[in-house]
Amino acid sequence: MDIELMQRVYPFFLQAAWVTIQLSVLTAILGLTCGALGAAMRLSRLAVFRFLGAAYVSVFRGTPALIQLFILYFGGPQVGIQLDAFEAGVIGLGVNVGAYMTETIRGAIISIPKGQREAARTLGLSRWQTFYNAILPQAARLMVRPLGVNLNMLIKSTALVAAISVVELTYTAQRYIGSTYKPFEMFLLAGLLYMIIIYATGRAVAWLDRRVQIN
Amino acid sequence: MTDTEHFVEIKHAQKSFGKLEVLKDISLNVARGQIVAIIGPSGSGKSTLLRAINDLDALTGGEIWLDGVQVNRDLPYRQYEKHINQMRQDIGMVFQHFNLFPHMTARDNVTMAPKLLKGLSKAEADALAEEQLDKVGMLERIDYYPSQLSGGQKQRVAIARALAMKPKLMLFDEATSALDPELVDEVNQVMKKLAEEHMTMIIVTHEMDFAASVCDRVLFMDKGVVVEEGPPSVVFKNPTKDRTREFLRKHLAGAK
Repeated sequence: MDIELMQRVYPFFLQAAWVTIQLSVLTAILGLTCGALGAAMRLSRLAVFRFLGAAYVSVFRGTPALIQLFILYFGGPQVGIQLDAFEAGVIGLGVNVGAYMTETIRGAIISIPKGQREAARTLGLSRWQTFYNAILPQAARLMVRPLGVNLNMLIKSTALVAAISVVELTYTAQRYIGSTYKPFEMFLLAGLLYMIIIYATGRAVAWLDRRVQIN
Repeated sequence: MTDTEHFVEIKHAQKSFGKLEVLKDISLNVARGQIVAIIGPSGSGKSTLLRAINDLDALTGGEIWLDGVQVNRDLPYRQYEKHINQMRQDIGMVFQHFNLFPHMTARDNVTMAPKLLKGLSKAEADALAEEQLDKVGMLERIDYYPSQLSGGQKQRVAIARALAMKPKLMLFDEATSALDPELVDEVNQVMKKLAEEHMTMIIVTHEMDFAASVCDRVLFMDKGVVVEEGPPSVVFKNPTKDRTREFLRKHLAGAK
């Protein structure tokens, strides 16, 4: 193993890791937004929204994220959507992970016993007041861990955007293999940096989870 | 407007779940300050009737009136939501499984609705929480979370939460059925106290002794109809219907 080479290219990999982190953060924000909207639709009183929510989830969970990225980035220009690779990566992955988060958020909300809703409605609270004051604070606590799992998945799936040539960690590794012919070292280095990012995120999620638990 | 004899009026209540008819043309008047117990075997429709009064379970036919206002009015969705939220403020309900909000202290459980719906200030809300929790003997646990309370204590907080909205009517849906036997009495004491204050109450219960000692009237329901009703001295001591006798015999034998 060529440790010296790894030390030499290491700074460039750090830069690439920073791109991976930016991708992850923006994707997570978009994913959470889509997830919240998707869950709201899935739980709507109106059948048309429920249908749209269900359709969103089954389309984006039912096809490979890579195909979704390709359609957006390579197919987009044909229908007038011009995005640079980074933008396409964030939007493609964000909408994709949003479908998973929709189910996570919805699952947490419907797991709150119906007696909670009844108790709040009985006091005279509206549907929205009931949701916001009685249901959501309880459901939010249940969401932290499974959303953390979604986040872990998301960070790893940012590697997919190498395929549309975003210069993030995986793409950078591939590029250095082209000039050094050392795939073992290059992928190992990329893998290590992914692990550090994911480990730190996991710790942050665990900390948040402990903080929000009731007693 | 206010008719004390017809304070709560149920007219031809009917409820079906698909083909199953759980309430069959039930009519009932409750006078202001009256305390009515509903007894009967499980599946008799007694809880459904109680839950129809505040529209937690909507009737498929018939009317519910409270203090001269129809509860289950036929209105478009948005208007109905507004109307029913207003009506429910006047109808307190206590559940078998308490349904306290686990993420709130006893204080916040009691004050959440008054703060949201009546715009109470923090000081007013605190005074209200202290007053209501004191009434149910839970003042010293005001800042405890539900998980730190026993079943009987939870139920007393739940009663305080309902009372904090100053309801005109209180509904009790098997309020002591989920409690360990030794915790039943503390909840019954609170309900007795309410009875002494002439709160109008409709109580679904399995506790015949309590019903006999507190209630003005007892309804025996079976298979979606009111089989027999009258003062407890009659219904419990000298029931006129065979079905009532049979239920009481079985129930009292089972309770021993």
